[in-house]
Amino acid sequence: MADLGAPEAAGARSDQAERLAVAFARLLRRAGLDVALGNVISYGRALAAVGLGGAGPVYWAGRATLVHRPEDAPAYDRCFAAFWLGDPPDPPPPTAVEVALALDDDQGGERDAAPGPDESSVQPALAVRYSPVEVLRHKDFAAYSPAELAESRRLMADLRLVGALRRSRRMRRSHREHGRPDVRRTVRMAVRAGGEVVRRARVEPSLRPRRVVLLCDVSGSMEPYARALLRFLHAAVVGRGRVEAFALGTRLTRITRELSWHDPDAALAGAARAVPDWSGGTRLGQGLRSFNDRWGVRGLARGAVVVILSDGWDRGDPEELATEMARLRRVAHRVVWVNPLKATPGYAPVARGMAAALPYVDSFVEGHSLASLESLAEVISG
Amino acid sequence: MEEVREALATHEYLADEGLATAVFLALSLRRPLLLEGEAGVGKTEVAKVLARWTGGELLRLQCYEGIDAAQAVYEWDYSRQLLHLRAVEARAAAGGGEVGSDVEDELYSERFLVRRPLLQALAPPRAAPGPGGHVVPPVLLIDEVDRADDEFEAFLLEILSDYAVTVPELGTFRAEVPPVAVLTSNRTRDVHDALKRRCLYHWVEHPDFDREVAIVRLRAPEVGERLARQVAGAVQRLRELQLYKPPGVAETIDWAQALATLGRAELDEDTIDVTLGTVLKYREDAERVRTAGVADLARAATARGG
Repeated sequence: MADLGAPEAAGARSDQAERLAVAFARLLRRAGLDVALGNVISYGRALAAVGLGGAGPVYWAGRATLVHRPEDAPAYDRCFAAFWLGDPPDPPPPTAVEVALALDDDQGGERDAAPGPDESSVQPALAVRYSPVEVLRHKDFAAYSPAELAESRRLMADLRLVGALRRSRRMRRSHREHGRPDVRRTVRMAVRAGGEVVRRARVEPSLRPRRVVLLCDVSGSMEPYARALLRFLHAAVVGRGRVEAFALGTRLTRITRELSWHDPDAALAGAARAVPDWSGGTRLGQGLRSFNDRWGVRGLARGAVVVILSDGWDRGDPEELATEMARLRRVAHRVVWVNPLKATPGYAPVARGMAAALPYVDSFVEGHSLASLESLAEVISG
Repeated sequence: MEEVREALATHEYLADEGLATAVFLALSLRRPLLLEGEAGVGKTEVAKVLARWTGGELLRLQCYEGIDAAQAVYEWDYSRQLLHLRAVEARAAAGGGEVGSDVEDELYSERFLVRRPLLQALAPPRAAPGPGGHVVPPVLLIDEVDRADDEFEAFLLEILSDYAVTVPELGTFRAEVPPVAVLTSNRTRDVHDALKRRCLYHWVEHPDFDREVAIVRLRAPEVGERLARQVAGAVQRLRELQLYKPPGVAETIDWAQALATLGRAELDEDTIDVTLGTVLKYREDAERVRTAGVADLARAATARGG
């Protein structure tokens, strides 16, 4: 690599290294990297250790201290070129994200200004028998008004998604007479009892909830449901269980990190920014394949409850989808397919993708309303 | 850094600039080094080579689900404790006395302590002074940390921050010289951020063609230059095929060794066909290569190998 410009190369005095480290970290943060203060200090020390003489060591010192995910490497490279090599910074990424941000304006004033007529006059007969919440619970997401969507958020926050239990390798004290002997505690009790083994302690495997992996289809055909389902994903991720969330479109995006913000608006905005192909096409097979390759088969889906939220409309090759479903099925504990269209009267899974995937699905459930999501939570923990 | 690279190379590890810098920083800043990457790119090997180079003892902790302090840090030798207790009792009975309370102190002394890798790394039972008279820190390899669970990770973070561990009955062990810690992860899940922040990080990539040839020549000296180039060329081609499990360096070396053992000097179609099992571990992958054409692979091999 080329030598660095004159002022930086002049000397590797540590205070200079520190100041440069802080300035560079600021640039990285602006580019979206998560840089903790401790890492900036390490970077300063690393710079002092490798010297500021060559671009190579300075580059790799930053990679080792400031970058903790291979995905962040391209952004780091751009910042490095701009800061250390004086390349003009790239134009900001295209702002297609702004469109997706419309996702969050559910509290828009338009509906608030004209309250009443639509909600109260649509089904007066039902209003007598059900509370508004009850109506909302069974209403199809696609028919939600923005105000209802906001209300549903509150209800979804009560949903708890906990995977089915499995035996852990971790042991806990057993109070029953069977299980493996716990020598540690037995000896300890023997010492207390003056050296006599009075009682034998035992341990047994503890129970842990399985990991839950949610794969949400964000293609165009799912648009009426995507907003509500994303809310559901958010509620699930911030809840207590071990939940991983992915968006499935023409490509796969992991959104667990974005959705783990407690503030739902910030979380959904973050997720929307992270997903490059919002409301685009679907390549379910390809998406599943990259999930299997990069995450699932390597460990994330092993023994987990995998939930796919999709209408099964797929422009890809159904054969590929079937292959990948089979592969997923081999490692997952259970595969659940949630199809919002299933509740439609007369629905039959004839969409090519759906038909191809169905043989590998353990539970095929609806997911068009709050009530159906509640029963989904039961299926997952069952 | 060049020094690190050369030192690693003399111990049969060819590092690229990024890895050499990361190792150099881990040694000079005394920070743990977290290596992530596909299986078989040589992450674990780094620690082994470091141990050979520095002369420090290699302490390996293989992580698995449910691993806990008893397997990672220390455990008491219960059967010996019980025997000792019995002996004390018998003596007391013969002498007509009581079993004193000091027995407990005796039972929980270093005599009955079983040191697991983490405790060994922090408090080596015998501090072996190196050639310069100073103590050579051991190399602590925490392998596949992504397999352990969150609780263990949090525990690990604590140890790697202070290089100290407390055994309630004995007090705190603090490392005089912190060990060189190398953590590896296959990224089956994300290691917790706090742990990542504590560590230096390096993502280990598949080597490029020239480096892979050099690695094969180094690790499998019985393989000729030409065959090594052909094997590396074929492997590079395989990595482009979008396989379920693209071959790592380990597979490249295996393949080259297998060919040498079979006495093949040329990677032709027939040879590929019978030895494909040493590089591809999925039936689907082998099928995909066969439908894409073994001839194509042979061409890629000879194109690079000449």
